[in-house]
Amino acid sequence: MNTIILKTASKYLLPLLLLFSIFVLLRGHYLPGGGFVGGLIAAIAFVLHAFANGLPHTQRLMRIHPGFLMPFGLAISTISGMFPMLLNQPFMTGVWKKDPVPVIGSLGSALFFDIGVYLVVIGASLTILFTISETR
Amino acid sequence: MDSAVEKLPILFVCILLYIIVLAIPSVRKNGVRSRLSPLIPIGAFLFFLLGFDGSKQTAVLWSHELLPTQLSFTVDGLGRLFALLITGIGSLIFIYANGYMKGAKYTQRLQSFLLLFMLAMLGVVLSDDLIMLFIFWELTSISSFFLIGFKNEDEASRKSALQAIAITGLGGLVMLGGFIILGEIAGTYSIAEMSNPEVIAAITSHAWFAPMLIFILLGAFTKSAQFPFHFWLPGAMKAPTPVSAYLHSATMVKAGVYLLARFSPVLGDTLIWNTALISFGGVTMIYAAFQALFRTDMKSILAYTTVSALGIMVFLLGLQSSDAIAAVSLFILVHALYKASFFMLAGTIDHETGTRDISKLSGLKTAMMPLFIVGILAAWSNGGVPPSVGFLGKDLIYESTLAFPGLNYLFTGISVLTNIMLFAAGLLVGWLPFRGQKISHKDIHLPTPSLWVPAAVLAVLGMLFGLFPALINDSLINPVATAISGNTENIHLKLWHGFNTVLYLSLLTMGLGVLTYAIIRPGARLLGFIEYAEQFGPKRLLHAIANGFIQSSDWVTKTLQNGKLRIYLLVILGFLVLILGYVVLSETTFTIDQEMLTNITIYEGITVGILFISVFLTLFSGSRLAAVAAMGVIGYTLCIIFVFYSAPDLAMTQFTIDTLTVILFVLVLYRLPRFIRLDFSPRHILDGLVALSVGGLMTIISLEVLQRMPEREISDYYALNAYLLAKGKNVVNVILVDFRGADTMIEIVVLSIAAIGVYSLLKLRLRKNEKME
Repeated sequence: MNTIILKTASKYLLPLLLLFSIFVLLRGHYLPGGGFVGGLIAAIAFVLHAFANGLPHTQRLMRIHPGFLMPFGLAISTISGMFPMLLNQPFMTGVWKKDPVPVIGSLGSALFFDIGVYLVVIGASLTILFTISETR
Repeated sequence: MDSAVEKLPILFVCILLYIIVLAIPSVRKNGVRSRLSPLIPIGAFLFFLLGFDGSKQTAVLWSHELLPTQLSFTVDGLGRLFALLITGIGSLIFIYANGYMKGAKYTQRLQSFLLLFMLAMLGVVLSDDLIMLFIFWELTSISSFFLIGFKNEDEASRKSALQAIAITGLGGLVMLGGFIILGEIAGTYSIAEMSNPEVIAAITSHAWFAPMLIFILLGAFTKSAQFPFHFWLPGAMKAPTPVSAYLHSATMVKAGVYLLARFSPVLGDTLIWNTALISFGGVTMIYAAFQALFRTDMKSILAYTTVSALGIMVFLLGLQSSDAIAAVSLFILVHALYKASFFMLAGTIDHETGTRDISKLSGLKTAMMPLFIVGILAAWSNGGVPPSVGFLGKDLIYESTLAFPGLNYLFTGISVLTNIMLFAAGLLVGWLPFRGQKISHKDIHLPTPSLWVPAAVLAVLGMLFGLFPALINDSLINPVATAISGNTENIHLKLWHGFNTVLYLSLLTMGLGVLTYAIIRPGARLLGFIEYAEQFGPKRLLHAIANGFIQSSDWVTKTLQNGKLRIYLLVILGFLVLILGYVVLSETTFTIDQEMLTNITIYEGITVGILFISVFLTLFSGSRLAAVAAMGVIGYTLCIIFVFYSAPDLAMTQFTIDTLTVILFVLVLYRLPRFIRLDFSPRHILDGLVALSVGGLMTIISLEVLQRMPEREISDYYALNAYLLAKGKNVVNVILVDFRGADTMIEIVVLSIAAIGVYSLLKLRLRKNEKME
């Protein structure tokens, strides 16, 4: 798709959409949103960029293959699930920091779990989409 | 007090460690590690020889209140005899294997498997717990699979190994069923605890006694190669000779006999037991002995005589008299001694001359004098000629058959007949190759001592025990007989009983045996005859079953797994509709609660209208891209409906998912022709029917869920505690990341696997030369 409008728009839309996806991720605990939806939004942002500028361009921009996000995400989720076990609590117990952190709000193990989900979703969906569009 | 039985785990761990040491590949052939390997069985042999005296010792090493089974060992007379045979003959076999495999590849691997096998066998004969026994039992099958198929480049070897593991493995599984029934009705999985008279009475009078016994007998019969399961054993002769000598003389095949002997005090002396053992053992012993006479391959002859000898043991265990138990106790030892030396003899001849065909071998006497003597001694004991230990064994066999009430003539008759044929078969192996004209191989010479000394040791022992029965009477045979019968036995082995019927029968056996040997002319004609007859045997049936199995799985795979996505979906959805539809249609009331319905607003009306239009477009559009776009619209209208009914989370997810799905579809369809042909073939109608029924079913289910209003407890709990326990106001998300976090964890793993799957399917293609059908 070689339209100049989409090309220009995508340049601004990518960071905005990514920021939005992080926003959706963070607000998930109180309001509609969460890691899964956030991850999908981020994936759409990249796909849109790839549509406008071509896949190689997006891949250069990402630097790493999206597939590498999956092990990272899985590791973060697993560690956040295991963390309570260090405190002698069962696997996956929610552990919270006492004082809230600026911007993010209260900080808990569930957030890190959600970040893991977010990364896995981006990694998996982009891997599938990129692989299919690359294949001829 | 630290008894020897409690040190058993140390022995097991030592063996296991050396298995690992051997399993690490070595650069050198016949390295230090493989040359030192005989030390392990020798050490174990000394442990069993000096550490135990045949009295019963039991040790529970580990148990848990929640598990019915425990880790426990028993060493009694029977277990000790077997352990001595396993480790003693094992020691000689390991020495022999070092000579036999000299310069061959993978010697260490062979020894590693042999040790593993030895470990498994020791486990079988020393376990007190049924489940533990079963595990070791299957381990013997598995390790022998690797041993039989050791020459893995040879197709026949692989086939034989598969055949052996199929028969013994299946038998073992059936036996497990029997064990579980036995353990449940006895209330204990410990064999030692079962020998209590009250428990025995409870077991034998139980309604499930018959199936349990049949299951256990099937396990024993398959392992001990009883007719009609016998044919795996001659097939297993494809293994290197040290393996055959070890597995098929003293150990693996005797595991079945061991099992029967072990359970004899508990399950023996019942009608099924006696009938089954006598009839299967009787048929096996005479059938296999007959078969042996027609063979020309030395190992083949030995295999069939082994089957026959196993038949004799099973038969004797079926008789259950005191004499029969004494006979079987002795015969286990006798047979192990002469059969192992026969096997080693055959292996050495094969090693030196390159053939085992007795119709081609002759005149080896001059070149291999010591082996000739081994052959004579082994044939001597095999034939039961005094003063060998074989004579003692045969004496007891005849005594026990003669004493059997009612059928004594029949039983004595078939025993004599079997022994005549075994006598002749022994001469074919131990005498024939050494007699006559010297064959023209010039370079035949006496091999290194490790290839004949082990055989000689066993053959001499056979003679020694016969001359001085006191050596084994009290130390070995009596405790074994006591263990088999469950009562204290008092056997007095002696060579000379005076002139009685038994002696005449022995003389008759020898005379007719020599005569049979004189008549038999081993060669292609006899072999051809028996191989023709073999076609109608049980082996053919097994092959037919195996082939049928392969063909039917081939058919199933080609029909269901044919690579067409349509068929996969059709099968999955069709199955779902049938199973779910049956339940739903038989239990649904099909009522809709009018009061629960809300009025339709104008927005909803418009949205549903768009929904219908896009469904219509998706189905009937001529262009693929248009159809995909219409599908996207369906998704978005659903999002809007979610918003109307206040499910923002669902709406957001549905929206993003739909966007990505449409992109995915476009990417895939991009390469297909743009237009679809829209003629309605029967295929389309079928697809439509499946789609309609799945959709209809889902609708009915959703309506039914509303009707039933399922338990609200769970959702109430989540709603209440989302903030209290998990500090979240968005219940959906709290459920995802906290309450049901483990589910999410697994879901993202699945998602990753799916992505990796797509990647590897599309990216990692076979190269042209790797193409396969």
